[in-house]
Amino acid sequence: MSAPTTGTGTVKRGLAEMLKGGVIMDVVTPEQARIAEDAGAVAVMALERVPADIRAQGGVSRMSDPDMIDGIIEAVSIPVMAKARIGHQVEAQVLQELGVDYVDESEVLSPADYVHHIDKHRFTVPFVCGATNLGEALRRITEGAAMIRSKGEAGTGDVSEATKHIRTITGQIRELAAKSEDELYLAAKDLQAPFALVKEVAETGALPVVLFTAGGVATPADAAFMMQLGADGVFVGSGIFKSGDPAKRAAAIVKATAFHDDPKVIAEASRGLGEAMVGINVADLPAPHRLAERGW
Amino acid sequence: MTSAPRIGILALQGDVREHARTLRGLGAEAVPVRRAEELETVQGLVLPGGESSVIDKLTRIFGLREPLVAAIRGGLPVYGTCAGMILLADRVEDAIAGQQTLGGLDVTVRRNAFGRQNESFETTLPVPALGPVPVAATFIRAPEVTGVGPAAEVLARLEDGRIVAVRQGALLATAFHPEVAGEDRFHRLLLDLARERG
Repeated sequence: MSAPTTGTGTVKRGLAEMLKGGVIMDVVTPEQARIAEDAGAVAVMALERVPADIRAQGGVSRMSDPDMIDGIIEAVSIPVMAKARIGHQVEAQVLQELGVDYVDESEVLSPADYVHHIDKHRFTVPFVCGATNLGEALRRITEGAAMIRSKGEAGTGDVSEATKHIRTITGQIRELAAKSEDELYLAAKDLQAPFALVKEVAETGALPVVLFTAGGVATPADAAFMMQLGADGVFVGSGIFKSGDPAKRAAAIVKATAFHDDPKVIAEASRGLGEAMVGINVADLPAPHRLAERGW
Repeated sequence: MTSAPRIGILALQGDVREHARTLRGLGAEAVPVRRAEELETVQGLVLPGGESSVIDKLTRIFGLREPLVAAIRGGLPVYGTCAGMILLADRVEDAIAGQQTLGGLDVTVRRNAFGRQNESFETTLPVPALGPVPVAATFIRAPEVTGVGPAAEVLARLEDGRIVAVRQGALLATAFHPEVAGEDRFHRLLLDLARERG
């Protein structure tokens, strides 16, 4: 028997594989975490303010208080994720020390480094990172990300950016898969990503890590839509706990995600949910307030 | 019975794709199962890794629990990995409130027995029933078997003695994921059981 090894690529990517087909929900209190677990969340994202409130309140947004994260870890038995600022390796070190199961290097928080992302290979804890296109996704994977989520536009309840980003990523993968090998050198240059990784994606027709979607999912139909567009699962941020009946909406989104190809199930899940989050149209957001443009 | 058995993979949530790839690599037909009528068409079943609490909830909401329990009692060959092992266990420790299992394996399983993701690990593990070459085993927030009843047989232990693979008749379960590391011998065994049953 070989000595057990922690923090390997297989182990880091493996947890994300187990989350596929599931819904990861933003929670700000242990009570919300329990509601999410009871509703069928595969994991929760522990944070101090959901993106809609970050947007409304403004100011610098940072890693959550360790006591708050501890409280959520204590409250549930499913995996707990937490966010670090882009580039802020020490916030990520603290989150690893707290025992979170995944670190989200997230554009929803204020970036700590406008040039570099975190060198994620240095960590035992796996990372999920946002991406708006294939090149960005491949750069994050090169830095060690073990899971990608398309960014969407967090805290809006407007699914249009999530649609754009998942369509862009999956469409670019299909384009790569159609190229001949000698065309991949230019593709790697255009994508600003390493050739070996570009070639791997072209050959397999998929990212080497799990691809979730995020940013604006507010209804069971939104979640099923993202799954039909090729997402492996969905993050729901403000959409649940900013709605009229969070427990019911959370359970409905879980059902619609699992049966994303069955309109009958989605129709049934969509009934009697009360009010959805009010939302903001992305088109009405001035460019400096668009979170998806953070990260590169 | 042809040499390519039709194996279902419970596809409510989890690493369905990895199991499908492994089964297809062995020449089996792999089909997702999310409805009772789909279950009726298969000669064997995989319960994948995922979140056991979520898979349990969805089997009950969508009317799959009773057919699954009946199929297991009726002798359908089933292989459960990680969450799938929890679902097959008669008894579970550290479950969430109200969590149920399908049962069938006379064992007690403890959820998240190795700690959090930081403690997740990979290793190679001797499994005498599968031959002399150790298996590649990836443990991800894995459960362990804390009690084995007289009807179940231990297939593998870690060096410290913790039980991580068991068999009882046509039911197989591992706390780890061979399917994420290209290890296919447990799936071969499932296919053998499916062929035997015909």
